[in-house]
Amino acid sequence: MRAKARFYPKEAARLLKERPGVREAVTGATLHFERNRLRAYAEVPIEEWRERAKAIKDHVLSHLDRYLEEAERRLLEKGARVHWAEGPEEAHQVLLEIVRRRGVRRAVKAKSMLTEELGVNPFLESLGVEVFETDLGEYLIQLLKEPPSHIVGPAIHLSLEEIRRLFHERFGTPLEASPEALAGVARKVLREAFLTADLGISGANFLVAETGTLALMENEGNIRLSTSLPRVHVAFVGLEKLLPRLSDLALFLPLTARAATGQRLSTYVSLLGGPAKEGEEGPEEVHVVLVDHGRTALLADPEAWETLRCLRCGACLNACPVYRQTGGHPYGYVYSGPIGAVLDPGLLSLEEAYPLPYASTLCGACLEACPVKIPIPRLLLTWRHRAVAEGLTPGWEKTAMAAFRKVMESPALYRLFSKALRGLPLPQDLLPLLRAWTEGRGALRPSPKPFHELWREMEEDRGRQN
Amino acid sequence: MRVALFITCLADQFYAEAGVAAVRLLRALGVEVDFPEGQTCCGQPAFNAGHWEEARALARRTLRVFQEAEYVVLPSGSCASMLRNHYPELLPGSREALAFSERVYELSQFLVRVLGVERLGEGLKGVRVAYHHGCHALRELGVREEPLTLLTNAGAEVLPWEAAEECCGFGGLFSVKLPEVSLAMADRKLSTLPAAQVLTSTDAGCLLHLSGRMAKSGVNLRVAPLATLLWEAYAG
Repeated sequence: MRAKARFYPKEAARLLKERPGVREAVTGATLHFERNRLRAYAEVPIEEWRERAKAIKDHVLSHLDRYLEEAERRLLEKGARVHWAEGPEEAHQVLLEIVRRRGVRRAVKAKSMLTEELGVNPFLESLGVEVFETDLGEYLIQLLKEPPSHIVGPAIHLSLEEIRRLFHERFGTPLEASPEALAGVARKVLREAFLTADLGISGANFLVAETGTLALMENEGNIRLSTSLPRVHVAFVGLEKLLPRLSDLALFLPLTARAATGQRLSTYVSLLGGPAKEGEEGPEEVHVVLVDHGRTALLADPEAWETLRCLRCGACLNACPVYRQTGGHPYGYVYSGPIGAVLDPGLLSLEEAYPLPYASTLCGACLEACPVKIPIPRLLLTWRHRAVAEGLTPGWEKTAMAAFRKVMESPALYRLFSKALRGLPLPQDLLPLLRAWTEGRGALRPSPKPFHELWREMEEDRGRQN
Repeated sequence: MRVALFITCLADQFYAEAGVAAVRLLRALGVEVDFPEGQTCCGQPAFNAGHWEEARALARRTLRVFQEAEYVVLPSGSCASMLRNHYPELLPGSREALAFSERVYELSQFLVRVLGVERLGEGLKGVRVAYHHGCHALRELGVREEPLTLLTNAGAEVLPWEAAEECCGFGGLFSVKLPEVSLAMADRKLSTLPAAQVLTSTDAGCLLHLSGRMAKSGVNLRVAPLATLLWEAYAG
């Protein structure tokens, strides 16, 4: 997906104005997820879980080369083919070879944010391959030609009404069709796709180095079908998805489910390891594509590497009051919300993702929600500091900050400013700031006298009384 | 016991009465109060926007101004957290900043944790209060129960509020960099407001933002900083 993160402020404002229904849908859904998460966290010693998960992730990230080699070895032993892709081009090459060799005409695809990064769908379509997103939410947005709006709930921004209209136009279902009836229609289309597809594509929640096991979590059963029915299965796995041991799944599967949806475990968990052996059912070929796409560079960044602990659970999106107003689209890249605001600059470059670290009030709700304690507020500050150092912040801000410093460094100037606020003309530099404030909130009304004057009066009174 | 008050620039300019209330309250509780007059702003707006050079200059100045203070007390959770949590980050290796940070308290936190005061008086009898948890007070300083205890013990009825712990959307420069999102957040927060007589919080910024938005949407409700209410709790 091409990044449009630079347009975030404009896109956020435009969406709020033009599609108020998105705010309503996203707020409702995220609050629901958030309540479920809180309930699910409260059932377990969550602080211990988070600490352990964080420690395991930190360990694997600091020994990534070793675990990647181990994973590759185990996968090869199981008969899977392993590919390394630095970015989209190499990932596309893997697909191109398979499509040509196997004469692929139809692909079914499980939800995967990494394949969004890599632009897998448009590439396959350019080869004439018909691609079906099989997660219901993904299928909806594929029909609408929209990118996902949330890591876990890609169609979180849509209302039931919009979905009814979409299905009415597409499949002729009645405008008042029940959600069950709509899901039934999608099921019918997708079932046929599962049975006729030559290629199944997935991501992976985890890749266990010890055993070369891919772990996939889902609630709809579509991932099972995508990875088992077609003759060829390709899994795209980000380098950061590794776990050392199979037993680590006992922590990470329930932790991710609780963080993401408040479930104790997702409805289906698939543990996959290579193609079907003789007498077994399953794919003839399994390809695991280990994808970097900016991850090793981020790992080498001493101030930002912790972002790579991310499990893609979406808990920080659900907890974020900023994300809640707009959903993910205005963020302009695959990863939105708090994690997007710190991950995208790392994956894309800060210049490309510039306004995203500012898409937060630093309220800290994301850190509280994060199952692996990624210090998102601190990372936001780090990226902001870098944005200033790289000269990416707008001119008015620089001027205002220099003026601010000047005033605040001198109590005399500060007192003068205090007078100006109560009647004297204000410095021109501050006017755009004030306008931005007053448009939605009315004029600023300072106290009749500032405290520092009242203090003097109080002290004089005390002096007189003594 | 001697306390140096850091009134913070927003309270100084927009909620000066809250500063007066803080002084009266602390003195009534037998605390000696100083107001070092060289104080201006803690530097948080610059720090949060990434302008760390500017923030550092102001942090150094605050450290100088409050050098002598036994305790530094602020009627603001956000600025208190800046001093307590972020000065040591902003001035890494500075022992002064680290030692200083341990002497910093938000007002209600100081009353409950340092003075051990949980009951001020009964001056808020029957008053229905909506308490907005400022994010930094709540999540960075861990101030959750202190204000509620003090208000409730003074007879106030702190009403349940679905969005009490949700960010109001102020966020300093956020409110002017992303005004539409900031206002949408305030509206969401206010849309769940219970039938209170007073809206209060530790932070002047949140209150300015919320009261401005309420005025604009025709909601009529008294907005008062926590310090003001705590003095009313004491004085009746």
